[in-house]
Amino acid sequence: MSDLANLEQRALSELNATDGEESLRAWKTRYFGDHGEVTQALKDIGKVPGPERPAYGKEVNRIKAALNQAYEAALKTAKDLALERSLAEPPLDVTLPGRRPSHGRLHLATQVMRDIRGIFADLGFQVYRSREVEDDEHNFGLLNMPPHHPARDMWDTFHTTTPGVLLRTHTSPGQIHVMRKFKGKPIRVILPGMCYRYEAITTRSEIQFQQVEGLAIGSRVNMADLKGTIVSFARRMFGEERQVRIRSSYFPFTEPSIEVDMDCIVCAGKGCGLCKKSGWLEIMGAGMVHPTVLKNGGYDPEQFTGFAFGMGPQRIAMLKYAIDDIRLFWGNDLRFLQQF
Amino acid sequence: MKVPLKWLSEYVGLTLGHAQLAERLTLVGLESAGIRVYGLPVPTGLRIRPEDIGPVWDPKKIVIAQVRSVEKHPNADKLLLVAVDLGTGVPKQIVTGAPNLKVGDRGQKVVLGLTGTMYFDHHGKDKEKQLKELKPMELRGITNDAMVMSNFELGVSDDREGGIIILQDDAPLGKPYVDYAGDIVLELDVLPNMARCLSMLGVAREVAAATGGRMNRQQISLEYSQEPIDGQCGVVIENPKLCARYRAMLIKGIKFGSAPSWMQTRLTYAGMRPINNVVDITNYVMLEYGQPLHAFDYDVLKQRAGGKPPTITVRSARAGEKLKTLDKVDRELTPDHLIIADTAGPIALAGVMGGLETEVSDKTVNVLLESANFDFVSIRKTFRHFDLPSEASARFSRGIHPDIVAPASERAAELLRRHAGGKVCKGHFESYPAPVEFRPISLELEEVRKVLGVSMSRKDVVHVLQALDFDVSDDAPGTLLVRTPGHRLDVRESADLIEELARIHGYDKLPATLLADQLPEQHTNCKLELEERTRDILVAAGLQEVITYSLTKAEREAPLGLSAPEYVTLKNPISPERSVMRQTLLAGVLEAAAENLRNSVDVRLFEVGSVFVPVAGEKLPAEPVRLALVLSGGRWGEFWSEAGAKPPSLEFHDIKGVVETLVGDLHLPDVSYRLAKVAYLHPARGAELLVKGQGMGTFGQLHPRVAEAFGLDGSRVVLAAELDLERITAEVPERYTFTSVPRFPAALRDVAVIVEETIPAEQVLTEIRQAGGDLLRGVRLFDLYRGPSIPAGTKSLAYALSYQAGDRTLTEGDVNKTHKKIEDRLKSALKAQIRGKD
Repeated sequence: MSDLANLEQRALSELNATDGEESLRAWKTRYFGDHGEVTQALKDIGKVPGPERPAYGKEVNRIKAALNQAYEAALKTAKDLALERSLAEPPLDVTLPGRRPSHGRLHLATQVMRDIRGIFADLGFQVYRSREVEDDEHNFGLLNMPPHHPARDMWDTFHTTTPGVLLRTHTSPGQIHVMRKFKGKPIRVILPGMCYRYEAITTRSEIQFQQVEGLAIGSRVNMADLKGTIVSFARRMFGEERQVRIRSSYFPFTEPSIEVDMDCIVCAGKGCGLCKKSGWLEIMGAGMVHPTVLKNGGYDPEQFTGFAFGMGPQRIAMLKYAIDDIRLFWGNDLRFLQQF
Repeated sequence: MKVPLKWLSEYVGLTLGHAQLAERLTLVGLESAGIRVYGLPVPTGLRIRPEDIGPVWDPKKIVIAQVRSVEKHPNADKLLLVAVDLGTGVPKQIVTGAPNLKVGDRGQKVVLGLTGTMYFDHHGKDKEKQLKELKPMELRGITNDAMVMSNFELGVSDDREGGIIILQDDAPLGKPYVDYAGDIVLELDVLPNMARCLSMLGVAREVAAATGGRMNRQQISLEYSQEPIDGQCGVVIENPKLCARYRAMLIKGIKFGSAPSWMQTRLTYAGMRPINNVVDITNYVMLEYGQPLHAFDYDVLKQRAGGKPPTITVRSARAGEKLKTLDKVDRELTPDHLIIADTAGPIALAGVMGGLETEVSDKTVNVLLESANFDFVSIRKTFRHFDLPSEASARFSRGIHPDIVAPASERAAELLRRHAGGKVCKGHFESYPAPVEFRPISLELEEVRKVLGVSMSRKDVVHVLQALDFDVSDDAPGTLLVRTPGHRLDVRESADLIEELARIHGYDKLPATLLADQLPEQHTNCKLELEERTRDILVAAGLQEVITYSLTKAEREAPLGLSAPEYVTLKNPISPERSVMRQTLLAGVLEAAAENLRNSVDVRLFEVGSVFVPVAGEKLPAEPVRLALVLSGGRWGEFWSEAGAKPPSLEFHDIKGVVETLVGDLHLPDVSYRLAKVAYLHPARGAELLVKGQGMGTFGQLHPRVAEAFGLDGSRVVLAAELDLERITAEVPERYTFTSVPRFPAALRDVAVIVEETIPAEQVLTEIRQAGGDLLRGVRLFDLYRGPSIPAGTKSLAYALSYQAGDRTLTEGDVNKTHKKIEDRLKSALKAQIRGKD
């Protein structure tokens, strides 16, 4: 049987002697745990002889409530104290470097490719892709360049050990693939992808590079539309004030063929290092799809006209960010890639 | 094509300033790649590279003079005293070291620079080319205030050893040299379809059409001698497909020597080296007309024919035939090579290079002049085979109109008469078995509008076409009948004519409109979208995208064991390092990782790209899209440590976490993993990803030996994956549905089970999930334990389970019942021991 009077006194004095939350919780277990003294006293109620029981029970419950209240008050005081102590801690050296989350990025080429795709998507151009290892027929023959055609000199080609199989030198074979897939329906697509040329790797030339080809075929597609499409692209990619100049050019698969220049983004046409004093930057080749190519794709040139254009995203990126070495793209140096 | 403008102005009136002319030609398709200025001040507005500007030839200081006498310098062995006449009759004495003058010379015309002349010098420090002013100075005791000049000093050539310029008689004595030889040269890039502009006349026609300048139609007034060509030679074309036309003329009594100076100057500015009057004249006419010519020594031909009149045969070479060409190389011929032969055998590689034996030389008196038209494909094959690119093969291999054969040969004959003292035998021998004919083209004005998007008036159309020498007449109403001129091979159909209209009329006059045609049906490119989503997920997971070369070498991929032995192999690689198409992305990404780890402690890279796998029985390879991951370094990247505590490194579960994030965010169904034994992974730390039980690729810790093969430290933990993205994206469900967010509180319980080490965690999880049923909403492993407090060969897995119902708050009883079910299932199915209970 507990000595109730003693219990309360002892518990309170021990409570006063606690120091911090941890000792408070130990105190709580000592008195209120499964085998704690107050718990025991409560269990003892049943053992008290009948007449004394109500008074004993009342007293135990009073003590329990009083001790609990005292405990809660002490706990709050201890917590407040601990908080104050932590707020009074010496300050951190906030100039120490932070722990950065690992930050992933898209390759610059992917970013620029997405920019280009986005602009053309707004103009209704969808994406169609085709293979990188091609046959001679799609890369040249069906594009109006039979074997030994002088224009084949314009593309230095990687041939494979399988006769008639090569690495595509441009995305233009995709024109044939897409025409044969669309089977006479109007077409408005871009054809992005990797191309390959047999060239020395220098700051200006690479053996592999991306290209984005555009193709629009319909019953009312004309050269003025081509010009408008290119101007829209140049202005969205490089700024609203861009001027575009069109020069006559030659591609066997377009007729007329043009080369498109944009006024230099650095000097606006005055002549500087970027534009090699010319005031103009070449951004793409284009033209109206050659009737023979339309025929090869299954489109009747009497009924359909089309335009096509091709540009190099690496060149676009180099112009946009003043990058002076194309080798940086597939060099994958993080010190380069993480700048974009 | 280098175009000296003074020369050009003989054929066409130049109405525009130099800068505008260059710009205009660029717009019509003759891009000006550079401009050289010889002796003249740089015209305003012309953008010229500084290295292309030479000294200005002051008309008062640089004049044409004549040598009167050459004597030895009294005090120096290598110097000469030269008396020159400036046309005043009063000789002037100068000191020179010119190597091409010698004691006793007289009569040569030279270019004399007087005091104040600006010239290029290379005798200064570092022998560098620098601009200097001529000042009077004493040379071994004799004062000198003038110099005889070389092409180097005048800024014409970079040949430092060329000697002084010796001019021919045609050079006007006493006149300023700049008036005689000063010029501006446009360097034009000629596109394949504008091969006609590999000639001065071709460029002149473009200038006339593009600028409105007048063409001076050149009339050749050929003076024949009395002697007829008849009976002196014959011509046979064996294969008219390879040689459409062959024309021979005979010029006798040639006085072999130098060509006139004006011609040499023009050749030099056009990029050709003057050689002798006969060769220079054939080259001059080639530059003028675009028609290469060849001169044979007629007497050598006659001698080869045993004194009889020679017969020229154009034919394919026979196997075993040989020819020593001009460059003194013996060439083995095959039937692929088109040759010029006489009865004794080959005498020239047709259109590519002449033979040495029949070449003109200082002994040549009589010349057989060849003007012919060869099949461009045949020429291409031959010059490629012998690697003999030349001015002639450059023109033949792009195609020349056969009409030009005749005027070019007559022009050359006349020049040989005029400048080499030749007598032109009357007539010519010619074979033209199948004259080329072009059908007239019918051009509808409506078609012009349809293609260009803007109407051109009949008047404008006719004007442009006539300016380009097309013959235009009316066909039906709104339709013109157009005949192609005899110098154009590139115009065959109406589309070609429309290009002529557009480029000459000017693209700047075209409006810029947006497509008005019906918008085609729109489709999503699912494959691309999913590849892009994959990129985004990986970037969000902290990985950097790389793009590596598709060209590699087989040995580089070998250590990974991911490639089949057959590769798409290049026939003409640029280097052995880039000789096959890759079959795995991982090799490239590992290389990128190794390269970056030289200057970084931490890499997390991925690549999405195609690999190229040959398919048995197919000509073209499969090009599946793959995904490769490479991670290595600290989990937190570069971070400072406190009190020496080492920050944790990335390990197997980090790459698995990336894979889980990917398959989770792609909503792939039925994903599982199992231990993978593949060559490139650590045998105990590699896993295979399965979707619906199908392998989708592997990932894990790179085998240390493989790491070393890629130049990575074998003790460094490198994590790698190569996944078949093409097949993974094929399993992405087209749609997935939303799971409701529970509104009722969850009850949390833990369960810790001890199981045999061999039981994979995934199996434990599956049992828990199945037994837990709908009420079990979440299962998370929070502790893995192996150690002394449990039996050897077992492990303890502790899971936090959350129970929740969508329609009510669960009672203690509900939770207890399900929890017990799970415990019972684990015990019965896995022989597990529940910690704290068993």
